[in-house]
Amino acid sequence: MSRGAVATDRTDAPAVEVDGLVKRYPKSPVNAVDGISFTVAPGEVFGLLGPNGAGKTTTVGMLTTRVKPTSGHAMVGGVDVGADPVRARSMLAVVPQRSNLDRSLSIRRNLTFHAAYHGVPAADAAARADELLAQFGLRERGDVKPDLFSGGQSQRVMIARALMHQPQVLFLDEPTTGLDPAARLFVWDRLRELRRRGVTLILTTHDMHEAALLADRVGIMDHGKLLALDIPEALMRGLPGSSTLELSVHAGGNGDAPSSLVGEFERLPGVERVEPLPEDEQEPDDPHWRVRLYVSGEASTLVAPTATLLAERGLSLSGVELGEPTLEDVFIHLTGRTLR
Amino acid sequence: MTTATAAVTAPAIKQRRAFTAVLRRDLLVTWSELPVFLAQVILQPLFLLFVFGKVLGSLGYTQHGYSDLLFPGLLALTAVITGMQTLAFPLVIEFGWTKEIEDRLLAPMSTALVAAEKVLFATLRALTATLVMIPVGIIVLGSIPWRWSGVPLMLLAMVLGSMLGAGLGLVLGTLVVPQRINIVFSLVFTPLLFTGCSQYPWPSLARLRWFQIVTACNPMTYVSESMRAALVPEVPHIAPWVCILVLVCSLAVLMVIGVRGFYRRAID
Repeated sequence: MSRGAVATDRTDAPAVEVDGLVKRYPKSPVNAVDGISFTVAPGEVFGLLGPNGAGKTTTVGMLTTRVKPTSGHAMVGGVDVGADPVRARSMLAVVPQRSNLDRSLSIRRNLTFHAAYHGVPAADAAARADELLAQFGLRERGDVKPDLFSGGQSQRVMIARALMHQPQVLFLDEPTTGLDPAARLFVWDRLRELRRRGVTLILTTHDMHEAALLADRVGIMDHGKLLALDIPEALMRGLPGSSTLELSVHAGGNGDAPSSLVGEFERLPGVERVEPLPEDEQEPDDPHWRVRLYVSGEASTLVAPTATLLAERGLSLSGVELGEPTLEDVFIHLTGRTLR
Repeated sequence: MTTATAAVTAPAIKQRRAFTAVLRRDLLVTWSELPVFLAQVILQPLFLLFVFGKVLGSLGYTQHGYSDLLFPGLLALTAVITGMQTLAFPLVIEFGWTKEIEDRLLAPMSTALVAAEKVLFATLRALTATLVMIPVGIIVLGSIPWRWSGVPLMLLAMVLGSMLGAGLGLVLGTLVVPQRINIVFSLVFTPLLFTGCSQYPWPSLARLRWFQIVTACNPMTYVSESMRAALVPEVPHIAPWVCILVLVCSLAVLMVIGVRGFYRRAID
């Protein structure tokens, strides 16, 4: 695993350091987290990607002092979370998946009391609460209690609350699961803003799109193990046959993909597999047939050779679509199953 | 100050700040819903006092002087029940449902201190409720048994009773899952209410030996008996030193079990 790979080219100590972390719950025959190690640099956005039950939440639980590791070590902000959980709690903040806001307090007091728990002087806390409420579009709602808030609003309040004591590392558990698209975009924007300001973010998600969009590096987890860890592009580049080239061809008189042509495509260098696709039913007057080529390397280099092959048979290309691999493809490649 | 002691005291100050902030939060919430709080804690003892102390007495079903015997018992009942309710109900809901407690568990203070704050707050609330019962008693009964020389013992019994309630609440609140809250509370609450000697003095139960043994197992009995020793010493009662000893031991046991349960709920 690329332990320390990013940290070494920065001068600061790592924001998070995980070494051989294991968690086995009592009465469970298997380890929920099974010996994972990684390092997160200050200011990095680190994504833990995996299906439900992969061990992401348990990992974050251990890093945030709420789950006691069975073995291994974890440091957050230079503090050993196992040995000194009280001090570690000053270094970190957690935004859980489901609202845990204080329902007896107004939104503003949720923020200021959180600051008070962390020893922030009252005047500073009031000023910071104003600032964060404005930043998170909650200025008008500071005096409201959180009972009636939607998932998106609660999420915003919880992120604002987490920032009240200026933690070094912010943990977000499935930050946008269950949010509507607008709320999701808002949360993503705020997270990108935090990243620009240099806050270290660790987010768990089973949304590949979210991970690819936000994270500098992604760790892919399944069955408590870290299967791969790299920048998203590198994870996807390393995938064999995951770029695709989709061709639409004027069918002429015959609507089927000539099987000999499929064979010819398969013999082109770089093509791993050819899959005839169901006919496009949008335009019955102008029949096409479509075929998808799975390619290792750059798919675009195959446009010319395939066009030549078609021209030799008097067929013409009517459309070309290049497909890039996604983190989901990476996940399927690593585990043999889909994320959801 | 050496750097070593600075390193030790700095977190201690931080923890104290977190502790007082959490307590301040609880007091603020209670203050903002004071009428609800008072109604919640006063209604039950008020009705018990009114029916058993006033109505039955006026109708001649109870002997003269029964209200003098009942009133100290109701102070004990209020202390224990309020302490228990204040702690147990919210704790079950916070751990099992709203998860509100998480923000406090992630404050820079030890988990035991979060539990200690709960106990302190429940004790304060129970003490307040019990003190409020004194004017309520005067209003309902016209007069209450009172001995200035008994006040120190009464106050001690109030504090120990409130803490006992808080301790019971901590144990229950960490043991019970939200789905079971109704069953468990009715199974615990009613027996506790009626076997704690608040409505009868313990020595008089000698005629009902098996029930005397049952009541001796309820630590609330010793709060009721101390209260009677303080306010109506002429009524036969268990010696105060025995009561205090039993209460202190019960508290120790409850706190150990409760804090352990709290850790189990707070940290996986």
